[in-house]
Amino acid sequence: MDVSFTAQAERSAMAHHEPDIALSEPSADEIKTTTCYMCACRCGIRVHLKNGRVRYIDGNRDHPVNRGVICGKGSAGIMTHTSPARLRAPMKRVGPRGCGEFAEISWTEALETATDWLKDVRARDPSKLAFFTGRDQSQALTGWFAQQYGTPNFAAHGGFCSVNMAAAGLYTFGGSFWEFGEPDWEHTKYFMLFGVAEDHASNPLKIELGKLKQKGVKVVAVNPIRTGYGAIADEWIGIRPGTDGLFIGALIHELMHAQKIDLDYLVRFTNAHWLVIDDPQAPDHGLFARDADGKPLALDKATGVLVDATRAGISPALVGTLKLRDGRQARPSFALIAERFLSDEYSPEKVAATTAIPAETIRRIARELAHAAFEQQITLDVPWTDTDGRRHEKTVGRPVSMHAMRGISAHSNGFQTCRMLHLLQIVLGSIDCPGGFRYKAPFPRPTPPPNRPARPSQPNTPLKGAPLGFPQGPEDLLVDADGRPQRIDKAYSWDAPLAAHGLMHMVITNAATADPYPVDVLFMYMANMSWNSSMNIPAVLRHLTATDEKTGEYKIPKIIYSDAYSSEMIAYADLILPDTTYLERWDCISLLDRPISGTDAPADAIRQPVVEPDRDVRPFQTVLLDLGARLGLPGFVTDTGSPRYPGGYPDYIVNHERSPGIGSLAGFRGTDGKSYGRGAPNPKQLESYIAGGCFHEHHLAPEQRYYKHANKAYLDWAKDVGFIGAAAPITFQLYLEPLQKFRQAARGHGTVTAPATHRARIEKYFDPIPFWYPPFDGAPSEDETFSAITQRPMHVYHSWGTHNGWIRQITAENSLYMNRARARKLGIADGDWVWIKSAIGRVKGRVRLMEGVNLDTVWTWNAIGRRAGAAALGTDAPESTRGFLLNHLITELLPEREGGYRFSNSDPITGQAAWYDLRVSIERAAPDEFGETWPQFVPLHSPPLAEAAP
Amino acid sequence: MHPAYSVILFTTASGAGYGLLLWLAAAAALNLVPRDPMLGFFGLGLAIALVTIGLLSSTLHLGRPERAWRALSQWRSSWLSREGAAAIATYIPIAALGFAWVFGEFMPGQFAVGAVLSVPCALITVWCTGMIYASLPTIRAWNQPLVAPVYVVLALATGGVLMNLLLAVFGYELRWAATGTILALVFGAILKRLYWTAIDTAAKTYTAESATGLGRFGTVRPLDPPHTQPNFVMREMGYQVARRHAERLRRVSAALLFLLPIMGGLLLLLNLPNSIQIAIAALSALSAVAGVLTERWLFFAEAEHVVVVFYRGGSA
Amino acid sequence: MTSLPETTAKKLGLVIDLDTCVGCQACATSCKEWNAGGYSAPLTDQDAHGSDPHGTWLNRVHSYEVGDGAESRTVHFPRSCLHCETPACVTVCPTGASYKRASDGIVLVNPDTCIGCKLCSWACPYGAREYDYDDGVMKKCTLCVDRIYNESFAPEDRVPACVRACPTGARHFGDLGDPDSAVSQLVSERGGFDLLPEMEFKPVNKYLPPRPRRDQTAQPAPRAVEQPATNSGSLADRFFAWADKTLAR
Repeated sequence: MDVSFTAQAERSAMAHHEPDIALSEPSADEIKTTTCYMCACRCGIRVHLKNGRVRYIDGNRDHPVNRGVICGKGSAGIMTHTSPARLRAPMKRVGPRGCGEFAEISWTEALETATDWLKDVRARDPSKLAFFTGRDQSQALTGWFAQQYGTPNFAAHGGFCSVNMAAAGLYTFGGSFWEFGEPDWEHTKYFMLFGVAEDHASNPLKIELGKLKQKGVKVVAVNPIRTGYGAIADEWIGIRPGTDGLFIGALIHELMHAQKIDLDYLVRFTNAHWLVIDDPQAPDHGLFARDADGKPLALDKATGVLVDATRAGISPALVGTLKLRDGRQARPSFALIAERFLSDEYSPEKVAATTAIPAETIRRIARELAHAAFEQQITLDVPWTDTDGRRHEKTVGRPVSMHAMRGISAHSNGFQTCRMLHLLQIVLGSIDCPGGFRYKAPFPRPTPPPNRPARPSQPNTPLKGAPLGFPQGPEDLLVDADGRPQRIDKAYSWDAPLAAHGLMHMVITNAATADPYPVDVLFMYMANMSWNSSMNIPAVLRHLTATDEKTGEYKIPKIIYSDAYSSEMIAYADLILPDTTYLERWDCISLLDRPISGTDAPADAIRQPVVEPDRDVRPFQTVLLDLGARLGLPGFVTDTGSPRYPGGYPDYIVNHERSPGIGSLAGFRGTDGKSYGRGAPNPKQLESYIAGGCFHEHHLAPEQRYYKHANKAYLDWAKDVGFIGAAAPITFQLYLEPLQKFRQAARGHGTVTAPATHRARIEKYFDPIPFWYPPFDGAPSEDETFSAITQRPMHVYHSWGTHNGWIRQITAENSLYMNRARARKLGIADGDWVWIKSAIGRVKGRVRLMEGVNLDTVWTWNAIGRRAGAAALGTDAPESTRGFLLNHLITELLPEREGGYRFSNSDPITGQAAWYDLRVSIERAAPDEFGETWPQFVPLHSPPLAEAAP
Repeated sequence: MHPAYSVILFTTASGAGYGLLLWLAAAAALNLVPRDPMLGFFGLGLAIALVTIGLLSSTLHLGRPERAWRALSQWRSSWLSREGAAAIATYIPIAALGFAWVFGEFMPGQFAVGAVLSVPCALITVWCTGMIYASLPTIRAWNQPLVAPVYVVLALATGGVLMNLLLAVFGYELRWAATGTILALVFGAILKRLYWTAIDTAAKTYTAESATGLGRFGTVRPLDPPHTQPNFVMREMGYQVARRHAERLRRVSAALLFLLPIMGGLLLLLNLPNSIQIAIAALSALSAVAGVLTERWLFFAEAEHVVVVFYRGGSA
Repeated sequence: MTSLPETTAKKLGLVIDLDTCVGCQACATSCKEWNAGGYSAPLTDQDAHGSDPHGTWLNRVHSYEVGDGAESRTVHFPRSCLHCETPACVTVCPTGASYKRASDGIVLVNPDTCIGCKLCSWACPYGAREYDYDDGVMKKCTLCVDRIYNESFAPEDRVPACVRACPTGARHFGDLGDPDSAVSQLVSERGGFDLLPEMEFKPVNKYLPPRPRRDQTAQPAPRAVEQPATNSGSLADRFFAWADKTLAR
């Protein structure tokens, strides 16, 4: 009865005999390094191999991204590698789309089929190939393929991911969050996260949050939901979704009110002092006043004269109304900005109700920001020289840093909101200073980056430039003479002028409805468009299977799809090209693509095959190079027409030069392997990378590290290694002139004007000064509706995680989370099943109640729900019987507006998919409806798959 | 706790078997029955069969039954080991008694010694069985002083019911056994009632707040589970039976295990024809078996392991 | 050997920081993965790709909410064997397969002698022991005994897999019996506590409590900035007057 009694009796024990244990068994015969690909963080891993098979995966301590740690996904990599959902051979569809009837074919037949289809399209109209890639990391290659092929219809998934972040940042200050920049963790004294659950800065963010907590640096998490980072934050602000812009605006209001703005920083690094023309009827109203050389003008208070605003040594005015030489009035852009944010509209009292943040909290946060930035200023003994040649003995910093992600981005007001966030960072003087938010090379880039999207081409002719780019005005749009979109996804049209990452989420809808036109071949890679990567899934499935009444052919005639796994997309494709897993492939994580640099050290990395494939699969990039060669695309073949990269992707990685001396990998270039960034291809480059742990870092000299946007030593070097074209300083665009150009076009000025259907929208939203507006379809209303959003679990990466035999033992189904107080009012108890209804449909799921969620919000973990039969899970997997997606509720097209036009459910500036604008009502289901989610789709029949490896 | 049929069968069968053994041993030692080899054969045979079926059933609950022999080594600290050792040890006096009863004594005094030693061996074995459960502070409903006594008393009661049947079938005088059985059943009913009251009123002092140490911040409520399908721990220890259902089953088990057999026992005190006695004894036995199986099922189903507070919050 | 050692030369264990755990499951999966090989391997899975996926894991991560309304907080909570000083799981074991090492206090199950009777899992209040349905034996956190002394590892890697994996640094390993060790100091600085101390199994692993929040529920900070007098014109006017300075570019 009493354990301690027996223990006591035994303590006078006899000799202890313990079994012998093997204490020093090696974990592996061999340990190889490579880069993880369980998400897009790109951590360095060590793969422990025993008898040629994967025994264990842990983090590489030397790797700059993860420094030895590994996350819940990375540790489960072996189960993804051996998943029974892996495809095993190329296939062609033999039954109707959606039925999952396939025949296995040889690679020869697969490649010949693909070549025939693509050759035919290229000879008639290359734009009829829509080539869109999902979560891959090889856009430098795939974009180049599209360019050489001649189709502008290319993008990756950024349009439905976080283009608002990237575009807002790149247009404003030449950088952005995640791979473009990060906080100066070592020195920061205050850190705010906006809308971050799990994202791609995964392990670095976790590592540094742990350290900040140890040091007692305050962490503030602004998120409607309190889990994960919000759980450990020192303060959680449960904001109403889509209102971060108001909150940030109110912070700016308060800072201005308290005069805690770094005016010196503004005049040195931004366009705050540039004069904006005030002449309402003129074509250049609201544009910058410029001199004859096109230089912007400012008033030099020292001389009282209008001068080149970019000149050093002047004392520019930030306020006042000035007269230009032609007699017209102008004001420094800062005056316009200040006017907006000082107005009552952004006072804490006014925004409190809409944001669900008490006015006193807003005030307090503003005070804390000001205190950290101004009272805790840092000075480092690091001299640096600016682009005007002036030497500074010390580097001074305002140690406030921020990070933001999907929570801000995935709204129809995300671009302007993110611009506001950058404005906040900039007025606090905290960009690229000690303790602030710092760039990661190859950023900063000029604002905006100079490349424009390429126009459609002729048959058998490459595009004149890369398909994606950064329009600076209406003349850069890809529209025809009538203003209609030239791209299938309507990117860079009046629908979405600054669509820097395309709109992959609209491709299927637009192609099937021939709006703007139909395509012949849809070629996709790693994108589960018939499931969790699409809105309004039932409609997407209809589009994929819709046939032409007259010909009986599918409206999207040919679909080629490449992936390693049997996702829900497989059944709707016609030709399947099976990919390798990340442990079987060469790959490069390139500075030309999605870099893994740190703030003090540009870096890139590779993957090397650590095991051989056990089935008839090929790495997609090698297949693409093969296709390019078969098509005879310039650059893919030599002068004699033979493949330029016969060794496949590793050959391309090492030998391809995008411009002279610039290739995929920056390290070990030159025939001697000693050059960085620019140098001849080095045949031993991959070996050198492998020897170093599959990554390479170049450490910037101390004088290059801070204020990179104005740092002569950095910018000169960045030009030398090909990161930027010229070593000119990068000026922060607080006032974003390109937006005003679009506005002027909407008002009828200029040669390229907006169609009537779009004028009001452009007028309203293309404000060169950031502002907040209610999300289009997601305005909070007085009724009982909720915002419905998702978070990504830390251990599951979209539908990549749900076929993993370990990860699904943790999470195989999802629930809808509601605030307990709201649920009580609706008569909903914990564990009840409810109908979640939107304007276009309804979904049934189970409810969990919680405290830590904004009252106006319901949410779930994303991408857990799967279609019955997908990914070799069987038809009664919990993912399909009890898991659900919100995607079915989200419309991809907004209701008709004036002029009868239906815009995509996207941000009007970038086309970013507005996932989190969704509003729903919640109703308790009848008791006999409890137990299974709805809708249930016809179970997928998984095509022939190999047995899972033991 | 998950009511595992193998364990339920183990404790009830072995309990009845040791109980019957006690009755037979007492009868042998006190000369309350004729030294009939057939009685010895069937009686002790039945007792051994029940004990052996019970023990074998318990090995079905093991992951590695082929290693079961190892379970005898830790009797210094483990009640399960003690139970195993005692069970094995008990076969010795049973064998001595059995052989003497059926085939005649091989050594002088074998019958008496076998009978007398069987009693403490059987009692200790049953006591140890009860203590396996009672010694676990993690399961409040088991960690009660009444648990081991109830095991012993119910062993005597179920054994006695079988003894009555045995004597009736053989046509021997059974009123002494019937009286003893009635006493055991009454005592069992009282103890069981006291036990149910004890567990119904026991303060659930282990809380999620203490289990997580987070009580300083307020009430602890689970948000996301560590796994969305139950793991071994929750399959084994997360079983829940509805209050109403459990109460109904208590009444059923009490009626089957105590009420009906007591009535049957009272009837056996009357001078009824032997065939009727057999029928009454058989029905009482069936009822008692059904009752003790239900009682034992409840013993598991109503027991809550403290680990559930990590999964469900609340207290245990 | 189910007798407990009278004392152990060391008390190796973990310290889990609930103020830093973000519930990422890295500890759970890296443990699962490490124990797919090595001591008492493999940790098997049942129906891993079917309708009832479950398996043997040695570390489980819960999430809780604590408190109500504005005072509430979310806490992520890993749970694994606490390597108690006087664990019942050792003394109830009938075969001696469950034992506590005298050298370092690690509690282990000998997979060669365990009979899978599951009594130890009944005796453990923390749910630390899981039955492996394929192997038929009990499994539990081994404190990575096959890593911490492993001479084929670099010294900095001789820590449990979960500790090496944890991205936020919420897991610490060391000798809780040595008051000068880093883990002991962490415990005393942060007020590390036992789980279910009243059950008196004397867990060696300690948990560090979440730190107080620094939001409106904390002591309000004094108003740092004095607002300028409000009678000298509108907000915008005042601001513009202030911004109308001679700045240097």
